[in-house]
Amino acid sequence: MLRYTVRRLLQMVVVLLVLSLLVFAWLRALPGGPVSALLGERATPESRHDLIVQLGLDQPIFVQYLKFLGRALTGNFGTSNGVQPGTTAMDLFLTRFPATIELSVFAIIIAVVFGIPLGYMAAKRRGGWFDNATVIGSLVGIAVPVFFLAFLLKYIFAVKLGVLPSDSRQSVTDATRVTGFFVLDGIITQEWDAAWDAFRHLILPAIALGTIPFAVVFRITRAAVLDVLDEDYVRTAESKGLTAQLIRRRHVLRNAMLPVVTTIGLQTGALLAGAVLTENVFAFPGVGQALALGFERRDYPVLQLLIMMAAMVYVVVNLLVDLSYALIDPRIRTR
Amino acid sequence: MALLEVRDLTVVFQRRGEQPFTAVDGVSFDVEPGQTVGLVGESGCGKSVTSLAIMGLLPKRGATVTGSVKFEDTDLLRLSGNQMRDRRGRDLGMVFQDPLSSLNPVITIGVQVAEVLERHQGMSRKKALTEAAGLLDKVGIPDPNRRISEYPHQLSGGMRQRALIAMALACKPRLLIADEPTTALDVTIQAQILSLLKGLVQDTGTALIMITHDLGVVAGLCDEVNVLYGGRVVERAERHELFAEPRHPYTHGLLASIPRLDAPRGERLMPITGSVSDNIPWDSACAFAPRCPNALDVCREVTPEQEWRGSRLLRCHNPVQPAAAETEEASV
Ligand SMILES: Nc1ncnc2c1ncn2[C@@H]1O[C@H](COP(=O)(O)OP(=O)(O)OP(=O)(O)O)[C@@H](O)[C@H]1O
Ligand code: SF4
Ligand SMILES: [Mg+2]
Repeated sequence: MLRYTVRRLLQMVVVLLVLSLLVFAWLRALPGGPVSALLGERATPESRHDLIVQLGLDQPIFVQYLKFLGRALTGNFGTSNGVQPGTTAMDLFLTRFPATIELSVFAIIIAVVFGIPLGYMAAKRRGGWFDNATVIGSLVGIAVPVFFLAFLLKYIFAVKLGVLPSDSRQSVTDATRVTGFFVLDGIITQEWDAAWDAFRHLILPAIALGTIPFAVVFRITRAAVLDVLDEDYVRTAESKGLTAQLIRRRHVLRNAMLPVVTTIGLQTGALLAGAVLTENVFAFPGVGQALALGFERRDYPVLQLLIMMAAMVYVVVNLLVDLSYALIDPRIRTR
Repeated sequence: MALLEVRDLTVVFQRRGEQPFTAVDGVSFDVEPGQTVGLVGESGCGKSVTSLAIMGLLPKRGATVTGSVKFEDTDLLRLSGNQMRDRRGRDLGMVFQDPLSSLNPVITIGVQVAEVLERHQGMSRKKALTEAAGLLDKVGIPDPNRRISEYPHQLSGGMRQRALIAMALACKPRLLIADEPTTALDVTIQAQILSLLKGLVQDTGTALIMITHDLGVVAGLCDEVNVLYGGRVVERAERHELFAEPRHPYTHGLLASIPRLDAPRGERLMPITGSVSDNIPWDSACAFAPRCPNALDVCREVTPEQEWRGSRLLRCHNPVQPAAAETEEASV
């Protein structure tokens, strides 16, 4: 298990290295560029040239890359020149990353807490009205664009009803920072107002972001439970006279969780795309917002770091999925 | 008094948009305490459905069960779901055909045995696991203390079936139903499992319903045999009687189709021609008629009823004549 984990982590380093080159080249192949983005189209050729030299863009691309790599290995990913000019890309990432993580965790919690029980109930009532209604609901959930859903939620609950805040992470301004996860910070420091306030700010974006994962988890759970209910070992459990709760918990759900765990991993990995949209609608200062802004302003250092970090998160999440898979399924663990 | 009295057991499956299908059609038989009763017949004749109906394990929707299944004076078919749960595993145990798919792959063997004891005898997990190891030992699994913490995929096929037998017998039920318990196993293992079952039910006085399509299994194990065809009992007799003198043409065919060591050299095996798909409904004929060498015109017009011929129950218009009579006829 340990050796496997180490091997996977080493693979991850290789993947990240290759990816860094691809992203580096790809960013510089994009039309436009930081010079036009920063100076506008009507800048004089002299000022353009000065900026190009200043940003090091006059050198051959592989020289640029090697320089970048050399600095990156010392933890220096360059300085933002568009999103938050003057801040290092790393600092920018570190202040924004916890926001996105917090938002994603809440979105996944929503997906799991609602998706798994509803999926189980729908499977048990297969073909009934509850099953039909939730299946249609999940189809709608998958089909509605995140962007549209985010706007709709914001319009109804923040603008029209005014029951929930419409933007940022927190209204309380004097909260103590510990981890960068605002809800957690409020709980640790026992600043309950701050925690509650941060939580209220998360509700709408987390629903918007969590809807697709919820719908997917629901559908996979339902399908997996239907499969497992037909298995011989469930009939064996019934033949032993076990209680319905025990059969559900020990024999049905545990086996049905195998595909669901994979799904949760994939959905978590895919969350960033949704986060870009959600964070922009709710002016939520996470990496998704920075990514959108970075593209607009061609902020190469910031984009380079954020994309690689996103890839790293994706790989780590998948590793965690595989490890938890082995935890549930002894056929993988004890080979 | 019989331990189990099955009367007119009928199971009709109804799938949406399909014709209702009668898988078990008025089956009646008794099981005395400690007795081993065989249910024999080819694939699809309703053996498994009969046993699942007795256990209350048929799907709630889509299957209609009528008739009665009296177990010590309680009609199991009239019990509520929870009352039946209290009985399964305690009064009635069941062993299924495929030991690998019948075991939960993600739970240890020990827990799968122990959970029956926890459920019905209120044991703690610790005590139940100790007991489980003892049970595994009793069914011939070596090194039971190690095996209880192993998973099904770590056991051989024969050991898995032994573990399933241990589970079914853990609470000392008075009736065990074994649905083709050896079909999925290697031939050498089959014999071991059968003699294990035989020994266990003899030692504990457990009654056994043995479901099989293999007459060899019946010969070694059963006191009484019910031959099923198309969801109905077509012949019932004591084991020796049945083997010495099969009267129903279907039973006769089944026996003639097993290879025998004592048969004269050169004698051909006589498999039954056709297959179950040739069946005609029982409504106004004998379902076996299209495949029956003895069929008469009446067989396609009138449903044969069950009749007692001495100690034997037969459902046939033109049964095979006893061997004695046959030789007499031949010598005339
Ligand atoms: N849940 C079900 N729904 C519909 N039909 C079913 C169902 N279960 C069994 N049947 C049908 O009932 C008939 C009897 O099936 P059963 O499983 O009892 O046969 P069997 O005698 O056990 O055969 P085998 O030797 O193959 O196990 C078959 O034609 C089968 O297709
Ligand atoms: S009733 Fe007729 S067709 Fe049916 S088994 Fe007897 S002889 Fe054959
Ligand atoms: Mg069967």
